Amino acid sequence: MVRVDGFPNGSSLISVRGLDKTYQRGGEDIHVLQGLNLDVEAGEFVAFMGPSGSGKTTLLNLLGGLDVPSAGSIKVSGDEITNMSRGKLTEWRARHVGFVFQVYNLIPVLTAYQNVELPLLLTRLSKAERRKHVETALSLVGLQDRMNHYPRQLSGGQEQRVTIARAIVSDPTFLLCDEPTGDLDRKSADEVMELILRLVREYKKTVLMVTHDPLVAERANTILHLEKGALVEAGATPGMWAGSAR
Amino acid sequence: MKYRGLLLANLFRKKTRLLLTLGSFAVALWLFSLLALVKQAFSGGVDLAGVDRLVVINRTSIIQQLPMAYRDRILRIPGVKRVTFDNWFGGVYQDERNGFAQFAIDPENQREVFSELVVPDDQWQTFVKDRQGAIVGADIAKRFGWKIGQRIPIKGTIFPGTWDFNIDGIYHGKRSRDDQTQFWFHWDYLNERAKDLVQGQAGWYTVQVENPDDAVRIVKAIDAEFANSPYETHTDTEKTFAAGFAKQLGNIGFLVTAIGTIVFFTLLLVTGNTMAISVRERMGEFAVLKAVGYSDRFVMLLVLAESLVIAAVGGVLGLLLATGFAALLSATPMHNFIPFSHLPASVALAGFGMALLFGAASGFLPAVSGLRLRVIDALRRV
Repeated sequence: MVRVDGFPNGSSLISVRGLDKTYQRGGEDIHVLQGLNLDVEAGEFVAFMGPSGSGKTTLLNLLGGLDVPSAGSIKVSGDEITNMSRGKLTEWRARHVGFVFQVYNLIPVLTAYQNVELPLLLTRLSKAERRKHVETALSLVGLQDRMNHYPRQLSGGQEQRVTIARAIVSDPTFLLCDEPTGDLDRKSADEVMELILRLVREYKKTVLMVTHDPLVAERANTILHLEKGALVEAGATPGMWAGSAR
Repeated sequence: MKYRGLLLANLFRKKTRLLLTLGSFAVALWLFSLLALVKQAFSGGVDLAGVDRLVVINRTSIIQQLPMAYRDRILRIPGVKRVTFDNWFGGVYQDERNGFAQFAIDPENQREVFSELVVPDDQWQTFVKDRQGAIVGADIAKRFGWKIGQRIPIKGTIFPGTWDFNIDGIYHGKRSRDDQTQFWFHWDYLNERAKDLVQGQAGWYTVQVENPDDAVRIVKAIDAEFANSPYETHTDTEKTFAAGFAKQLGNIGFLVTAIGTIVFFTLLLVTGNTMAISVRERMGEFAVLKAVGYSDRFVMLLVLAESLVIAAVGGVLGLLLATGFAALLSATPMHNFIPFSHLPASVALAGFGMALLFGAASGFLPAVSGLRLRVIDALRRV
């Protein structure tokens, strides 16, 4: 269940109340988000849409603890993240958030395996345990045979799948995807979306995604529009359940 | 250790740039070591000077001589233990380029006064009995391939003619940095062959005192003894004499420090700029690291570690180069001026310390920019 009215009827995994974000540009205050409410239960797949500059990425950054709000609260699994110090927020991100960016942002001098292993280096897992996790993540995205390839040796779609493997390898509480198909051709975009859907359907992952593309957004089970700094529900989409038939 | 892969991958990201940066450190360290060797060569005499020895020279100049009668008068001053004397010879062996230090010595007291330069008894006895005998330092013997029993000609520059000597012995210094490049022969031989020039006089006296604490009093007493005479003296401790001698050649210490500072400052600018470019190129990657949970401190330390590894490896390469160079020098006439066949540990340690210091300094600002990097700003730039 996803609600934007501030009145949840169940236990929310993510609970946002009265979220404000104001930027100063040229001495002028720009109110990007104003009193935004959001409740997302575990296992949901939410797509955020809206015109450029509407604050979609800002919202994603706030939910991922990459930025701090001007006002309001964000709770994830009961943890209030807006009061956390920078250091605590970094630790929290490592445990709870998996990021998938539009530009794949893989480290070019590391192999696919090493890129996926990065979040695990922060854990106490042994080398053998890390290997097991990385191999599982890479096989889940269908790239187990490309683990020793460098990003330059992979296609755009493959790079984005490595990014997804890196995002899920530490089994985070939720995934944040910022235009995950923005740089991909339609075929690669479909493959990536199939993968994200699989994560939601089979592995019960919670995914919050920003996209410009209505075809991509349709795959989510809820589409939310950002209008004047607040979220408006566009309703459940049939795409989510259409699965691989699309 | 689990981050070693990340560190190495980043270091080898641009191999040409890495090689050039390593090369900058290596060349700087090589130059630093070379300058330090020169400085030590010029100031080494000061460190090695005997605390119980005084040097008495003609007050006008060291090239003016002193009467031989002064020896007994100095010996009578309370606190004086022994007196020996020397004359500078200034000859060359086979070629004008083969100049080295030759001294006409007083065989009676030389060995006792300079007890740190050891000559085996049998060799010394042979030398004492041989009017044309010579005792040579181990380094100079090695340089020219001289063996005991060999007869060698030295061409005089101050005292004309060719002078033949028999190598009767080889001395070794007790300490690693003792000068082993001297050539000693009998003052009597010099005085006999060049009577007109030597005139039975000594170049300078070296006085050994009973107690180093009395040195100041004895210095004053010696100079007072010969005040208002045609040959007034200037007496100093051997340490002060060596320092003054080194100073005559210029302020080597200042020169070395100035050149070293300029070289390292230039290195700091070059490597600092390189590290800054390297960090700027990777802002997006650092943002990703931070996004997935790496702390600000980790990113800062990663940049610093890269800088330190480059400094350490470049530094070691430079020191190895300098060691090789010192060994190379020991086989050339330059060895007379820089009497080291290896890099002293103190120079190597100081050089390595400097390399690390400048590595840390050049990585500091880029590391701080990595520390302060905000993920959303960096990702926006990508």
